[in-house]
Amino acid sequence: MRKVYGRRDFAIIGELIEPRTRVLDLGCGEGELLAWLKENKQVDGRGVEMEGARVQKAIARGASVYQGDLESAVEDYPDQAFDYVILSQTLQETRYPLRVLRGMLRVGKRAVVAFPNFGHYSVRLATLLSGGAPRTDLFPYDWYDSPNIHFLTVLDFEALILKQGWKVERRIFVAGERQVTWMPNLMAEIAVFQVSAGAALNHSITVAAP
Amino acid sequence: MVTEVASCSFDRLELDSGVTLAPVEVAYETYGELNAARSNAILIVHAFSGDAHAAGEGGWWSSMIGPGKAFDTDQYFVICSNVLGGCRGTTGPGSINPETGCPWAMSFPQVSIADMVRLQKMLIDHLGIGRLLTVSGGSMGGMQALEWAVTYPERVASAIPIATTARHSAQQIAFNEVGRQAIMADPDWNNGNYYGGRLPGRGLAVARMVGHITYMSDESMREKFGRKLRTPDQFEVESYLKYRGYKFVDRFDANSYIYITRAMDTFDLTQRGALPTLFESNEARFLLISYTSDWLYPPYQSLEIVKALRGRNCDVAYCNLDARYGHDSFLVEVEQQTEVVRGFLASTFREAAAGA
Repeated sequence: MRKVYGRRDFAIIGELIEPRTRVLDLGCGEGELLAWLKENKQVDGRGVEMEGARVQKAIARGASVYQGDLESAVEDYPDQAFDYVILSQTLQETRYPLRVLRGMLRVGKRAVVAFPNFGHYSVRLATLLSGGAPRTDLFPYDWYDSPNIHFLTVLDFEALILKQGWKVERRIFVAGERQVTWMPNLMAEIAVFQVSAGAALNHSITVAAP
Repeated sequence: MVTEVASCSFDRLELDSGVTLAPVEVAYETYGELNAARSNAILIVHAFSGDAHAAGEGGWWSSMIGPGKAFDTDQYFVICSNVLGGCRGTTGPGSINPETGCPWAMSFPQVSIADMVRLQKMLIDHLGIGRLLTVSGGSMGGMQALEWAVTYPERVASAIPIATTARHSAQQIAFNEVGRQAIMADPDWNNGNYYGGRLPGRGLAVARMVGHITYMSDESMREKFGRKLRTPDQFEVESYLKYRGYKFVDRFDANSYIYITRAMDTFDLTQRGALPTLFESNEARFLLISYTSDWLYPPYQSLEIVKALRGRNCDVAYCNLDARYGHDSFLVEVEQQTEVVRGFLASTFREAAAGA
Protein backbone atom coordinates (compact mmCIF):
# COMPACT_ATOMS: atom_id res chain seq x y z
CA MET A 1 0.00 0.00 0.00
CA ARG A 2 1.17 3.47 -0.89
CA LYS A 3 2.32 5.93 1.75
CA VAL A 4 2.27 9.71 1.81
CA TYR A 5 5.02 11.25 3.92
CA GLY A 6 5.57 7.76 5.29
CA ARG A 7 2.00 7.46 6.50
CA ARG A 8 -0.63 5.03 5.27
CA ASP A 9 -3.49 7.03 6.76
CA PHE A 10 -2.42 10.03 4.65
CA ALA A 11 -2.42 7.88 1.51
CA ILE A 12 -5.92 6.58 2.23
CA ILE A 13 -7.31 10.00 3.10
CA GLY A 14 -5.60 11.43 0.04
CA GLU A 15 -7.55 8.96 -2.08
CA LEU A 16 -10.87 9.69 -0.36
CA ILE A 17 -10.81 13.46 -0.87
CA GLU A 18 -12.41 14.62 -4.12
CA PRO A 19 -10.43 17.18 -6.14
CA ARG A 20 -11.08 20.91 -5.85
CA THR A 21 -12.94 20.65 -2.54
CA ARG A 22 -12.68 22.62 0.69
CA VAL A 23 -10.84 20.76 3.42
CA LEU A 24 -10.19 21.40 7.11
CA ASP A 25 -7.47 19.26 8.72
CA LEU A 26 -7.73 19.18 12.50
CA GLY A 27 -4.44 18.37 14.20
CA CYS A 28 -2.65 18.85 10.91
CA GLY A 29 0.89 18.59 12.29
CA GLU A 30 3.42 20.04 9.89
CA GLY A 31 0.84 20.36 7.14
CA GLU A 32 2.13 17.44 5.06
CA LEU A 33 -1.33 16.15 4.14
CA LEU A 34 -2.63 19.66 3.36
CA ALA A 35 0.36 20.34 1.12
CA TRP A 36 -0.13 16.99 -0.63
CA LEU A 37 -3.84 17.65 -1.14
CA LYS A 38 -3.16 21.15 -2.46
CA GLU A 39 -0.54 19.85 -4.87
CA ASN A 40 -2.34 16.74 -6.05
CA LYS A 41 -6.04 17.50 -5.59
CA GLN A 42 -6.05 21.29 -5.81
CA VAL A 43 -8.02 21.50 -2.58
CA ASP A 44 -8.61 24.75 -0.71
CA GLY A 45 -7.24 23.68 2.66
CA ARG A 46 -7.04 24.95 6.22
CA GLY A 47 -5.43 23.40 9.23
CA VAL A 48 -5.45 23.59 13.00
CA GLU A 49 -2.48 22.57 15.10
CA MET A 50 -1.56 23.25 18.71
CA GLU A 51 2.21 22.83 18.70
CA GLY A 52 4.05 25.98 17.64
CA ALA A 53 7.06 24.42 15.93
CA ARG A 54 4.76 22.28 13.77
CA VAL A 55 2.59 25.27 12.90
CA GLN A 56 5.65 27.18 11.73
CA LYS A 57 6.73 24.29 9.50
CA ALA A 58 3.20 23.98 8.11
CA ILE A 59 2.94 27.69 7.28
CA ALA A 60 6.45 27.60 5.80
CA ARG A 61 5.16 24.78 3.61
CA GLY A 62 2.41 27.07 2.34
CA ALA A 63 -0.49 25.66 4.37
CA SER A 64 -2.98 28.02 6.01
CA VAL A 65 -2.72 26.75 9.53
CA TYR A 66 -4.09 28.18 12.74
CA GLN A 67 -2.20 27.67 15.98
CA GLY A 68 -4.73 26.66 18.58
CA ASP A 69 -6.61 23.88 20.31
CA LEU A 70 -8.63 21.90 17.77
CA GLU A 71 -11.47 21.18 20.17
CA SER A 72 -12.31 24.86 20.57
CA ALA A 73 -11.06 25.92 17.13
CA VAL A 74 -13.68 23.85 15.36
CA GLU A 75 -16.37 25.96 17.04
CA ASP A 76 -15.28 29.12 15.24
CA TYR A 77 -15.88 28.13 11.62
CA PRO A 78 -19.21 28.82 9.95
CA ASP A 79 -21.74 26.02 9.33
CA GLN A 80 -20.95 23.69 6.42
CA ALA A 81 -17.89 25.72 5.43
CA PHE A 82 -15.98 22.61 4.29
CA ASP A 83 -16.58 19.58 2.11
CA TYR A 84 -14.36 17.47 4.36
CA VAL A 85 -13.12 17.82 7.90
CA ILE A 86 -10.20 15.50 8.59
CA LEU A 87 -9.15 14.18 11.97
CA SER A 88 -6.23 11.82 11.52
CA GLN A 89 -4.87 9.82 14.45
CA THR A 90 -6.07 12.42 16.91
CA LEU A 91 -9.61 11.42 18.00
CA GLN A 92 -8.19 9.22 20.76
CA GLU A 93 -6.25 12.24 22.09
CA THR A 94 -9.19 14.63 22.37
CA ARG A 95 -10.85 15.28 25.70
CA TYR A 96 -14.42 15.17 24.33
CA PRO A 97 -14.44 13.06 21.15
CA LEU A 98 -18.21 13.23 20.60
CA ARG A 99 -18.18 17.01 20.85
CA VAL A 100 -15.36 17.11 18.30
CA LEU A 101 -17.24 14.81 15.91
CA ARG A 102 -20.38 16.93 16.22
CA GLY A 103 -18.33 20.05 15.52
CA MET A 104 -16.77 18.38 12.48
CA LEU A 105 -20.19 17.53 11.03
CA ARG A 106 -21.44 21.04 11.72
CA VAL A 107 -18.63 22.81 9.87
CA GLY A 108 -18.18 20.11 7.21
CA LYS A 109 -20.39 18.01 4.97
CA ARG A 110 -18.28 14.95 5.78
CA ALA A 111 -15.94 13.94 8.55
CA VAL A 112 -12.95 11.76 7.73
CA VAL A 113 -11.64 10.12 10.87
CA ALA A 114 -8.60 7.85 11.12
CA PHE A 115 -7.69 6.17 14.39
CA PRO A 116 -5.61 3.27 15.70
CA ASN A 117 -7.82 0.27 16.44
CA PHE A 118 -7.56 -0.76 20.06
CA GLY A 119 -9.36 -3.98 19.15
CA HIS A 120 -6.44 -5.26 17.07
CA TYR A 121 -5.36 -8.74 18.14
CA SER A 122 -1.84 -7.57 19.05
CA VAL A 123 -3.31 -5.21 21.61
CA ARG A 124 -5.64 -7.84 23.00
CA LEU A 125 -2.79 -10.34 23.25
CA ALA A 126 -0.43 -7.88 24.87
CA THR A 127 -2.95 -7.12 27.58
CA LEU A 128 -3.88 -10.74 28.05
CA LEU A 129 -0.32 -11.99 28.28
CA SER A 130 1.33 -9.18 30.20
CA GLY A 131 -1.58 -8.23 32.41
CA GLY A 132 -0.50 -4.59 31.98
CA ALA A 133 -1.55 -1.75 29.77
CA PRO A 134 -0.63 -2.76 26.23
CA ARG A 135 2.57 -1.53 24.62
CA THR A 136 2.59 -2.49 20.97
CA ASP A 137 3.78 -1.07 17.65
CA LEU A 138 0.37 0.56 17.36
CA PHE A 139 0.35 1.92 20.92
CA PRO A 140 4.03 2.41 21.67
CA TYR A 141 3.66 4.49 24.83
CA ASP A 142 3.83 3.69 28.50
CA TRP A 143 0.51 4.32 30.20
CA TYR A 144 1.89 7.39 32.01
CA ASP A 145 3.21 9.27 29.00
CA SER A 146 0.70 8.34 26.31
CA PRO A 147 -1.05 11.15 24.43
CA ASN A 148 -3.98 8.73 24.01
CA ILE A 149 -6.67 9.33 26.58
CA HIS A 150 -9.43 7.27 24.97
CA PHE A 151 -9.09 3.78 23.61
CA LEU A 152 -11.60 2.86 20.96
CA THR A 153 -12.12 -0.01 18.58
CA VAL A 154 -13.73 -0.27 15.17
CA LEU A 155 -16.86 -1.64 16.87
CA ASP A 156 -16.99 1.24 19.34
CA PHE A 157 -16.80 3.81 16.58
CA GLU A 158 -19.46 2.12 14.45
CA ALA A 159 -21.76 1.93 17.48
CA LEU A 160 -21.35 5.63 18.21
CA ILE A 161 -22.12 6.63 14.62
CA LEU A 162 -25.22 4.43 14.65
CA LYS A 163 -26.37 5.88 17.97
CA GLN A 164 -25.98 9.44 16.66
CA GLY A 165 -28.02 8.60 13.56
CA TRP A 166 -25.09 9.48 11.35
CA LYS A 167 -24.06 7.59 8.25
CA VAL A 168 -20.81 5.80 7.49
CA GLU A 169 -20.18 6.55 3.81
CA ARG A 170 -16.88 4.70 3.54
CA ARG A 171 -14.78 2.52 5.79
CA ILE A 172 -11.24 1.44 5.06
CA PHE A 173 -9.18 -0.83 7.28
CA VAL A 174 -5.47 -1.36 7.11
CA ALA A 175 -2.89 -3.64 8.70
CA GLY A 176 0.74 -3.25 7.76
CA GLU A 177 0.92 -2.78 4.02
CA ARG A 178 -2.41 -4.48 3.34
CA GLN A 179 -6.03 -3.50 3.25
CA VAL A 180 -8.16 -5.56 5.64
CA THR A 181 -11.62 -6.80 4.63
CA TRP A 182 -12.09 -9.70 7.03
CA MET A 183 -12.85 -9.21 10.73
CA PRO A 184 -11.64 -5.63 10.84
CA ASN A 185 -12.18 -5.19 14.58
CA LEU A 186 -9.63 -7.94 15.18
CA MET A 187 -7.38 -7.50 12.16
CA ALA A 188 -7.23 -3.76 11.40
CA GLU A 189 -4.46 -1.61 12.83
CA ILE A 190 -5.81 1.60 11.44
CA ALA A 191 -9.41 2.42 10.62
CA VAL A 192 -10.47 5.26 8.36
CA PHE A 193 -14.12 6.28 8.34
CA GLN A 194 -15.89 8.80 6.16
CA VAL A 195 -19.00 9.92 8.00
CA SER A 196 -21.82 12.26 7.10
CA ALA A 197 -24.74 13.49 9.12
CA GLY A 198 -26.86 11.36 6.78
CA ALA A 199 -30.60 11.55 6.34
CA ALA A 200 -31.24 11.60 10.05
CA LEU A 201 -29.90 15.06 10.64
CA ASN A 202 -29.20 15.17 14.31
CA HIS A 203 -30.78 18.02 16.22
CA SER A 204 -27.42 18.76 17.78
CA ILE A 205 -26.03 19.72 14.38
CA THR A 206 -27.16 23.07 13.14
CA VAL A 207 -27.03 23.51 9.42
CA ALA A 208 -27.23 26.90 7.78
CA ALA A 209 -30.06 27.50 5.32
CA PRO A 210 -28.85 26.98 1.76
CA MET B 1 20.27 44.99 -4.14
CA VAL B 2 18.80 47.54 -6.55
CA THR B 3 17.73 50.43 -4.32
CA GLU B 4 15.91 53.62 -5.12
CA VAL B 5 15.38 56.55 -2.76
CA ALA B 6 12.62 58.76 -4.08
CA SER B 7 9.74 61.03 -3.33
CA CYS B 8 6.63 62.08 -5.15
CA SER B 9 4.03 64.77 -4.72
CA PHE B 10 0.25 64.62 -5.00
CA ASP B 11 -2.02 67.62 -5.52
CA ARG B 12 -4.43 66.79 -2.74
CA LEU B 13 -5.43 64.21 -0.15
CA GLU B 14 -8.89 64.04 1.41
CA LEU B 15 -8.62 63.20 5.10
CA ASP B 16 -11.09 61.32 7.30
CA SER B 17 -11.58 64.56 9.22
CA GLY B 18 -13.04 66.21 6.11
CA VAL B 19 -10.02 68.46 5.67
CA THR B 20 -8.18 68.43 2.35
CA LEU B 21 -4.42 68.52 2.53
CA ALA B 22 -2.78 70.07 -0.55
CA PRO B 23 -0.20 69.34 -1.74
CA VAL B 24 1.17 66.16 -0.13
CA GLU B 25 4.72 64.89 -0.36
CA VAL B 26 5.61 61.19 0.10
CA ALA B 27 9.13 59.90 0.72
CA TYR B 28 9.67 56.28 -0.25
CA GLU B 29 12.33 53.72 -1.05
CA THR B 30 12.19 50.64 -3.23
CA TYR B 31 14.37 47.53 -3.22
CA GLY B 32 14.65 44.92 -5.95
CA GLU B 33 12.96 45.05 -9.32
CA LEU B 34 9.36 44.99 -10.44
CA ASN B 35 8.76 42.01 -12.76
CA ALA B 36 7.14 42.30 -16.19
CA ALA B 37 3.77 41.06 -14.90
CA ARG B 38 3.94 43.62 -12.06
CA SER B 39 2.96 40.81 -9.74
CA ASN B 40 5.87 40.77 -7.28
CA ALA B 41 5.34 44.07 -5.45
CA ILE B 42 5.32 44.11 -1.67
CA LEU B 43 4.40 47.11 0.43
CA ILE B 44 6.13 47.30 3.79
CA VAL B 45 4.41 49.61 6.25
CA HIS B 46 6.41 50.94 9.15
CA ALA B 47 5.71 51.12 12.84
CA PHE B 48 5.34 54.29 14.89
CA SER B 49 8.92 55.58 14.78
CA GLY B 50 10.03 54.00 11.50
CA ASP B 51 10.58 55.61 8.13
CA ALA B 52 10.96 54.78 4.45
CA HIS B 53 14.46 53.42 4.98
CA ALA B 54 13.45 49.83 5.70
CA ALA B 55 16.31 47.88 4.14
CA GLY B 56 20.03 48.14 3.48
CA GLU B 57 22.54 49.79 5.81
CA GLY B 58 20.73 51.02 8.92
CA GLY B 59 17.30 50.03 7.60
CA TRP B 60 14.79 49.42 10.41
CA TRP B 61 13.80 46.00 9.00
CA SER B 62 17.04 45.09 7.22
CA SER B 63 16.92 41.76 9.10
CA MET B 64 13.82 40.85 7.09
CA ILE B 65 14.28 42.64 3.75
CA GLY B 66 17.16 41.97 1.37
CA PRO B 67 18.68 39.34 -0.91
CA GLY B 68 17.78 35.87 0.40
CA LYS B 69 15.88 37.29 3.38
CA ALA B 70 12.20 36.79 4.26
CA PHE B 71 11.18 39.57 1.89
CA ASP B 72 13.67 38.46 -0.73
CA THR B 73 14.65 41.39 -2.92
CA ASP B 74 16.05 38.96 -5.52
CA GLN B 75 12.46 37.84 -6.11
CA TYR B 76 10.25 40.66 -4.98
CA PHE B 77 9.95 44.39 -5.48
CA VAL B 78 9.71 45.95 -2.02
CA ILE B 79 8.30 49.43 -1.39
CA CYS B 80 8.32 51.35 1.88
CA SER B 81 7.10 54.91 2.37
CA ASN B 82 7.18 57.26 5.34
CA VAL B 83 3.68 57.66 6.84
CA LEU B 84 1.49 60.72 6.60
CA GLY B 85 2.09 62.88 9.68
CA GLY B 86 5.68 61.65 9.84
CA CYS B 87 8.87 63.66 9.87
CA ARG B 88 11.11 61.75 7.50
CA GLY B 89 10.18 63.24 4.16
CA THR B 90 6.42 62.75 4.04
CA THR B 91 4.12 65.66 4.84
CA GLY B 92 3.59 66.11 8.57
CA PRO B 93 3.26 68.79 11.25
CA GLY B 94 6.88 69.86 10.67
CA SER B 95 6.18 70.58 6.97
CA ILE B 96 5.56 74.09 5.69
CA ASN B 97 1.92 75.15 5.43
CA PRO B 98 1.80 76.70 1.93
CA GLU B 99 -0.81 79.22 3.07
CA THR B 100 1.32 80.71 5.84
CA GLY B 101 4.85 79.85 4.78
CA CYS B 102 5.44 78.55 8.33
CA PRO B 103 5.50 75.00 9.71
CA TRP B 104 2.03 73.60 10.36
CA ALA B 105 2.90 72.62 13.95
CA MET B 106 -0.34 71.96 15.88
CA SER B 107 -2.47 73.50 13.12
CA PHE B 108 -1.75 70.38 11.05
CA PRO B 109 -5.01 68.48 10.54
CA GLN B 110 -5.49 65.30 12.57
CA VAL B 111 -4.59 62.27 10.47
CA SER B 112 -5.76 58.66 10.80
CA ILE B 113 -4.37 55.23 9.92
CA ALA B 114 -6.90 55.19 7.05
CA ASP B 115 -5.48 58.50 5.78
CA MET B 116 -1.97 57.05 5.83
CA VAL B 117 -3.19 54.05 3.83
CA ARG B 118 -5.10 56.23 1.36
CA LEU B 119 -1.86 58.09 0.63
CA GLN B 120 0.02 54.79 0.25
CA LYS B 121 -2.61 53.64 -2.22
CA MET B 122 -2.02 56.81 -4.27
CA LEU B 123 1.67 55.95 -4.30
CA ILE B 124 0.96 52.37 -5.43
CA ASP B 125 -1.31 53.72 -8.20
CA HIS B 126 1.44 56.15 -9.15
CA LEU B 127 3.92 53.26 -9.40
CA GLY B 128 1.51 51.47 -11.73
CA ILE B 129 0.96 48.46 -9.49
CA GLY B 130 -2.52 46.95 -9.69
CA ARG B 131 -2.32 44.31 -7.01
CA LEU B 132 0.23 43.97 -4.24
CA LEU B 133 1.56 40.51 -3.52
CA THR B 134 1.41 41.44 0.13
CA VAL B 135 1.28 44.34 2.54
CA SER B 136 3.12 43.75 5.78
CA GLY B 137 4.24 45.46 8.93
CA GLY B 138 4.38 45.15 12.69
CA SER B 139 2.66 47.17 15.39
CA MET B 140 1.28 50.33 13.75
CA GLY B 141 2.46 48.77 10.48
CA GLY B 142 0.13 45.88 11.22
CA MET B 143 -2.76 48.32 11.65
CA GLN B 144 -2.03 49.73 8.20
CA ALA B 145 -1.81 46.22 6.74
CA LEU B 146 -5.25 45.45 8.20
CA GLU B 147 -6.62 48.76 6.92
CA TRP B 148 -5.34 47.89 3.44
CA ALA B 149 -6.98 44.45 3.51
CA VAL B 150 -10.31 45.84 4.71
CA THR B 151 -10.46 48.96 2.53
CA TYR B 152 -8.78 47.74 -0.66
CA PRO B 153 -9.24 43.94 -0.59
CA GLU B 154 -9.04 43.67 -4.39
CA ARG B 155 -5.65 45.39 -4.36
CA VAL B 156 -3.85 42.88 -2.11
CA ALA B 157 -3.23 39.18 -2.73
CA SER B 158 -2.33 38.86 0.93
CA ALA B 159 -1.66 40.73 4.15
CA ILE B 160 0.82 39.97 6.95
CA PRO B 161 -0.10 41.98 10.06
CA ILE B 162 2.39 41.29 12.83
CA ALA B 163 2.15 41.99 16.59
CA THR B 164 -0.82 44.25 16.08
CA THR B 165 -4.44 44.94 16.94
CA ALA B 166 -7.75 46.00 15.41
CA ARG B 167 -7.95 48.71 18.10
CA HIS B 168 -5.84 49.97 20.96
CA SER B 169 -6.65 48.87 24.48
CA ALA B 170 -6.82 51.28 27.41
CA GLN B 171 -3.26 50.21 28.34
CA GLN B 172 -1.90 51.07 24.90
CA ILE B 173 -3.66 54.45 24.86
CA ALA B 174 -2.39 55.10 28.39
CA PHE B 175 1.26 54.64 27.46
CA ASN B 176 0.84 56.88 24.41
CA GLU B 177 -0.79 59.55 26.56
CA VAL B 178 2.14 59.48 28.99
CA GLY B 179 4.43 60.14 26.02
CA ARG B 180 2.31 63.01 24.75
CA GLN B 181 2.07 64.56 28.20
CA ALA B 182 5.84 64.33 28.66
CA ILE B 183 6.32 66.30 25.43
CA MET B 184 3.66 68.88 26.27
CA ALA B 185 5.08 69.36 29.76
CA ASP B 186 8.42 70.43 28.27
CA PRO B 187 8.43 74.28 28.27
CA ASP B 188 10.36 74.17 24.99
CA TRP B 189 7.38 72.51 23.36
CA ASN B 190 5.67 75.93 23.36
CA ASN B 191 2.30 74.61 22.08
CA GLY B 192 4.12 73.01 19.20
CA ASN B 193 5.82 76.18 17.98
CA TYR B 194 9.44 75.27 18.47
CA TYR B 195 10.64 75.01 14.88
CA GLY B 196 13.77 77.11 14.41
CA GLY B 197 14.26 77.33 18.18
CA ARG B 198 15.05 74.98 21.07
CA LEU B 199 13.48 71.55 20.56
CA PRO B 200 11.39 69.98 23.35
CA GLY B 201 14.14 67.39 23.66
CA ARG B 202 13.70 66.53 27.33
CA GLY B 203 9.99 65.80 26.88
CA LEU B 204 10.50 63.80 23.69
CA ALA B 205 13.34 61.81 25.27
CA VAL B 206 11.18 60.87 28.28
CA ALA B 207 8.37 59.86 25.92
CA ARG B 208 10.79 57.61 24.04
CA MET B 209 12.14 56.11 27.26
CA VAL B 210 8.64 55.05 28.29
CA GLY B 211 8.10 53.66 24.81
CA HIS B 212 11.26 51.57 24.97
CA ILE B 213 10.20 49.99 28.26
CA THR B 214 6.93 48.88 26.66
CA TYR B 215 8.75 47.35 23.69
CA MET B 216 10.89 45.08 25.88
CA SER B 217 9.97 42.29 28.26
CA ASP B 218 10.83 41.70 31.90
CA GLU B 219 12.97 38.76 30.78
CA SER B 220 14.87 40.62 28.08
CA MET B 221 15.53 43.55 30.43
CA ARG B 222 16.79 41.20 33.13
CA GLU B 223 19.03 39.50 30.60
CA LYS B 224 20.32 42.71 29.04
CA PHE B 225 20.72 44.92 32.10
CA GLY B 226 19.94 43.07 35.30
CA ARG B 227 21.12 45.29 38.12
CA LYS B 228 24.38 46.09 36.38
CA LEU B 229 25.86 49.50 37.12
CA ARG B 230 27.13 51.85 34.44
CA THR B 231 28.74 54.19 36.94
CA PRO B 232 28.74 53.92 40.76
CA ASP B 233 25.48 55.84 40.92
CA GLN B 234 23.77 54.87 37.68
CA PHE B 235 22.23 51.58 36.60
CA GLU B 236 22.93 50.25 33.15
CA VAL B 237 19.22 50.37 32.29
CA GLU B 238 18.99 54.06 33.20
CA SER B 239 21.95 54.88 31.02
CA TYR B 240 20.53 52.84 28.12
CA LEU B 241 17.11 54.49 28.24
CA LYS B 242 18.60 57.98 28.42
CA TYR B 243 20.90 57.22 25.52
CA ARG B 244 18.01 55.90 23.39
CA GLY B 245 15.76 58.76 24.46
CA TYR B 246 18.17 61.55 23.53
CA LYS B 247 19.25 59.79 20.35
CA PHE B 248 15.60 59.80 19.29
CA VAL B 249 15.45 63.59 19.55
CA ASP B 250 17.95 63.85 16.70
CA ARG B 251 15.71 62.05 14.25
CA PHE B 252 12.13 62.52 15.35
CA ASP B 253 9.79 65.49 15.54
CA ALA B 254 7.87 65.90 18.81
CA ASN B 255 4.70 67.07 17.03
CA SER B 256 4.81 63.99 14.76
CA TYR B 257 4.95 61.96 17.97
CA ILE B 258 1.71 63.56 19.10
CA TYR B 259 -0.07 63.22 15.74
CA ILE B 260 0.96 59.66 14.98
CA THR B 261 0.21 58.30 18.45
CA ARG B 262 -3.25 59.91 18.20
CA ALA B 263 -3.76 58.18 14.85
CA MET B 264 -2.89 54.84 16.49
CA ASP B 265 -5.14 55.46 19.48
CA THR B 266 -8.16 56.43 17.39
CA PHE B 267 -7.75 53.50 14.98
CA ASP B 268 -10.66 51.12 15.60
CA LEU B 269 -11.77 48.76 12.85
CA THR B 270 -14.80 47.73 14.89
CA GLN B 271 -16.29 51.20 14.51
CA ARG B 272 -17.06 50.20 10.93
CA GLY B 273 -18.86 47.03 11.96
CA ALA B 274 -18.29 43.81 13.84
CA LEU B 275 -14.89 42.42 12.85
CA PRO B 276 -16.20 39.30 11.05
CA THR B 277 -18.48 41.38 8.83
CA LEU B 278 -15.49 43.49 7.74
CA PHE B 279 -13.87 40.36 6.30
CA GLU B 280 -17.02 39.05 4.59
CA SER B 281 -16.02 37.41 1.26
CA ASN B 282 -12.49 38.82 1.55
CA GLU B 283 -10.39 36.78 -0.88
CA ALA B 284 -6.97 37.87 0.34
CA ARG B 285 -4.73 35.42 2.19
CA PHE B 286 -3.77 36.43 5.72
CA LEU B 287 -0.81 35.58 7.92
CA LEU B 288 -0.95 36.92 11.44
CA ILE B 289 1.93 36.59 13.86
CA SER B 290 2.05 37.42 17.55
CA TYR B 291 4.77 36.94 20.14
CA THR B 292 4.45 35.12 23.45
CA SER B 293 6.34 37.79 25.44
CA ASP B 294 4.68 40.81 23.78
CA TRP B 295 2.68 42.45 26.55
CA LEU B 296 2.11 45.72 24.66
CA TYR B 297 0.28 44.04 21.77
CA PRO B 298 -0.64 40.76 23.49
CA PRO B 299 -1.49 37.66 21.42
CA TYR B 300 -5.19 37.96 22.32
CA GLN B 301 -5.39 41.03 20.10
CA SER B 302 -4.13 39.08 17.08
CA LEU B 303 -6.39 36.16 18.01
CA GLU B 304 -9.43 38.43 17.95
CA ILE B 305 -8.68 39.26 14.31
CA VAL B 306 -7.87 35.65 13.43
CA LYS B 307 -11.11 34.44 15.01
CA ALA B 308 -13.08 36.95 12.93
CA LEU B 309 -11.31 35.78 9.77
CA ARG B 310 -11.95 32.13 10.59
CA GLY B 311 -15.56 32.96 11.35
CA ARG B 312 -15.91 34.02 7.71
CA ASN B 313 -13.78 31.11 6.52
CA CYS B 314 -11.16 33.48 5.11
CA ASP B 315 -7.78 32.04 4.18
CA VAL B 316 -5.78 32.73 7.32
CA ALA B 317 -2.63 31.34 8.93
CA TYR B 318 -1.70 32.26 12.48
CA CYS B 319 1.16 31.49 14.81
CA ASN B 320 2.15 32.75 18.21
CA LEU B 321 5.93 32.68 18.08
CA ASP B 322 7.97 31.89 21.16
CA ALA B 323 10.19 34.90 21.74
CA ARG B 324 11.78 36.65 24.68
CA TYR B 325 12.09 40.20 23.46
CA GLY B 326 8.56 41.46 23.99
CA HIS B 327 7.04 43.72 21.35
CA ASP B 328 10.49 44.30 19.84
CA SER B 329 10.63 40.63 18.85
CA PHE B 330 9.29 41.31 15.37
CA LEU B 331 12.32 43.53 14.74
CA VAL B 332 15.05 41.59 16.50
CA GLU B 333 14.11 37.91 16.80
CA VAL B 334 13.47 37.20 13.16
CA GLU B 335 14.56 33.59 12.63
CA GLN B 336 11.18 31.89 13.07
CA GLN B 337 9.39 34.88 11.58
CA THR B 338 11.57 34.56 8.48
CA GLU B 339 10.68 30.89 8.07
CA VAL B 340 6.92 31.45 8.11
CA VAL B 341 6.90 34.67 6.10
CA ARG B 342 9.15 33.19 3.40
CA GLY B 343 6.96 30.10 2.96
CA PHE B 344 3.72 32.04 3.10
CA LEU B 345 4.96 34.50 0.47
CA ALA B 346 6.26 31.78 -1.82
CA SER B 347 2.93 29.92 -1.80
CA THR B 348 0.97 33.15 -2.23
CA PHE B 349 3.18 34.11 -5.17
CA ARG B 350 2.69 30.66 -6.77
CA GLU B 351 -1.09 30.81 -6.31
CA ALA B 352 -1.34 34.37 -7.60
CA ALA B 353 0.66 33.35 -10.69
CA ALA B 354 -1.53 30.27 -11.22
CA GLY B 355 -4.70 32.30 -10.79
CA ALA B 356 -3.58 35.09 -13.11
